[in-house]
Amino acid sequence: MPDSAVRDASTSAAPAVIEGFPAEQVLGFLREMLIYRRFEQKAEEAYAIGKIGGFCHLHTGQEGVALGFVGPLRPDDYALSAYREHTLALAKGISARAAMAELYGRVGGCSGGKGGSMHLFSAKHNFMGGWGIVGGQIPLATGLGWAIRYRGEDRVCVCFLGDAAVNQGSFHESLNMAAIWKLPVIYVVENNGYGMGTAFNRVTTTPMVEKSRAHGIPAHYVDGQDVLAVWRLMEDLLDRVRDGAGPQFVDAETYRFKGHSMSDPVSGTYRSKEEVESRVREDDPIAHVRDLLIQSGHLTRESLERMDEEVRELVEDAADFADRSPLPPEDSLHEFVYSDMDVHGRLFFDGRGG
Amino acid sequence: MAVMTYRDALNEALAEEMERDDSVFLMGEEVAEYDGAYKVSRGLLDRFGDARVVDTPISELGFAGLGVGAAMAGLRPVIEFMTFNFAFLALDQVINNAAKTHYMTNGQLHVPIVFRGPNGAALQLAAQHSQACETYFVHAPGVKLVNPATPADAKGLLKAAIRDDDPVVVMESELLYNARGDVPEGEHVVPLGVADVKAEGTDVTIISHGQMVHVALQAARTLEKEDISAEVLDLRSLRPLDMEAILGSVHKTNRAVYVEECWPFTGIGAQIVALIQDEGFDDLDAPVQRITQADVPMPYARNLEKQSKPDAARVVDACRKVLYRN
Repeated sequence: MPDSAVRDASTSAAPAVIEGFPAEQVLGFLREMLIYRRFEQKAEEAYAIGKIGGFCHLHTGQEGVALGFVGPLRPDDYALSAYREHTLALAKGISARAAMAELYGRVGGCSGGKGGSMHLFSAKHNFMGGWGIVGGQIPLATGLGWAIRYRGEDRVCVCFLGDAAVNQGSFHESLNMAAIWKLPVIYVVENNGYGMGTAFNRVTTTPMVEKSRAHGIPAHYVDGQDVLAVWRLMEDLLDRVRDGAGPQFVDAETYRFKGHSMSDPVSGTYRSKEEVESRVREDDPIAHVRDLLIQSGHLTRESLERMDEEVRELVEDAADFADRSPLPPEDSLHEFVYSDMDVHGRLFFDGRGG
Repeated sequence: MAVMTYRDALNEALAEEMERDDSVFLMGEEVAEYDGAYKVSRGLLDRFGDARVVDTPISELGFAGLGVGAAMAGLRPVIEFMTFNFAFLALDQVINNAAKTHYMTNGQLHVPIVFRGPNGAALQLAAQHSQACETYFVHAPGVKLVNPATPADAKGLLKAAIRDDDPVVVMESELLYNARGDVPEGEHVVPLGVADVKAEGTDVTIISHGQMVHVALQAARTLEKEDISAEVLDLRSLRPLDMEAILGSVHKTNRAVYVEECWPFTGIGAQIVALIQDEGFDDLDAPVQRITQADVPMPYARNLEKQSKPDAARVVDACRKVLYRN
């Protein structure tokens, strides 16, 4: 449905550019981030009634990071993350239906129901996971960068990691190799201040932006709650990396509005209710863009409501799709463990036979 | 046939596959300028250049994972561990990432990677540099694993491993690098999952793989003098496992002895014995015997080391036992 109020506003006296971005693009940012927010809220609801099982880590509050770093990528650029990746997958082009169905463990999910919340993949969108071990994806990203360089392509790989992952050996081994071989990888720390329930400053003595210095990799800081700043930085980094500047490191300061996972309260022993409430109030990346649009005359309360209504419908549709999608067939249990099944000899040892 | 060492057979396999397919590259510690810690990659840097023969920092987890990522992008990395003793640092990448990706992605991604290097006991290298590591890797669905015993199999299995679309662990027996043997001229590929009878016999089957095949053959020669005809079955691949060959041989001889360099507890032999008793129980005239590394970390002292290792004499004794000749 055309958003007449918004269009009317933009054709009136309101400036067509907001902080250097066309107003239409900023409106698009708002809508996209609203999708992420409503998607995660829907996942939360579905989890509460048992439609989603296992671990489920919501990205709520970190939408600016997802959009700002993934949005400027080309379709053939790679992106991958750890297990708080729902909205990154959406940003890379996986449909809300395919992502939600994966959370539901259904055959229509982007990993056929075999991955779940922590393992969203789409090869055709070059969204390469979805990895469950803290830091385990960093060498993979480095290898994707290696493959780009090996083939002489101008693609880029963006690797998301949490702040806690920089204390893993995999981080330092990867950054060292990326620097030696000047690999086209942008390592983005989604620095939400806590590794599960452990504050970052309790497990390190140096600031985040210094973590790549030992490897000679340029470091950049950005306020991850300001999607415009993130987008600008990422466009600049992509240009540089495509021009051969080699790996880059970004400390994107952000904040997780929800618990570590669904079994973790929003606030608790490791962070106070007051802290969370104040950050949610002051530091919401969606509210930030919304206010810019309203203040510049490109958005009204009414047009926002209409936009939100559309977004909610999209997310409801995704949940309906997930609900209707069948469970994976039981005869697919052994499928895709190996590329070829039992050409010679026996591959499985659970009584399945040769 | 050309006579060559196990080391040179592996080198030929690498060179031929790199020649055949540009997406194959070799990466590991000391593989390029140093020609490989065990000289398996001798000459490859000169031939293929430093983009495809790549020295790494000492970062086993890092470069193993880099290989997995490159394989996800469609390259065919051959990742050398200087020895499999060091591969434990990379186990997360092999098990959690390489082995599970094809499944977790519902078949969207393949991980056509080879992890290779020397494995098994060496001479007086003590507890941390002298051990057999098969069980850690072969345990995980998604991994394939081979362990050749001869130069011909070393060449043929490595070539098959590089061409395979799944992660394949190629364990080379450290003590065999200088072993010489016939290797067929021209294209020689040994399919994964096909065992090989290295000596035919009728009275007892000695099942083994890698370096221990030679211990089994030595035992068979001793038994021959006692008029015991031992069949030596070389598994070559542990996953996929040629169960038909195992059951076929046991059907013929009704007796089996398993020889391996791993420790006994949940060793490869434990699995083989379980499979034989599940599927070949009626063929057995005696309980299957296992000869393994002693259940201790490898000692340094020469006498203790010798005492801890499987040897032909112990295999001979086990064969006599299953034949009730002791």
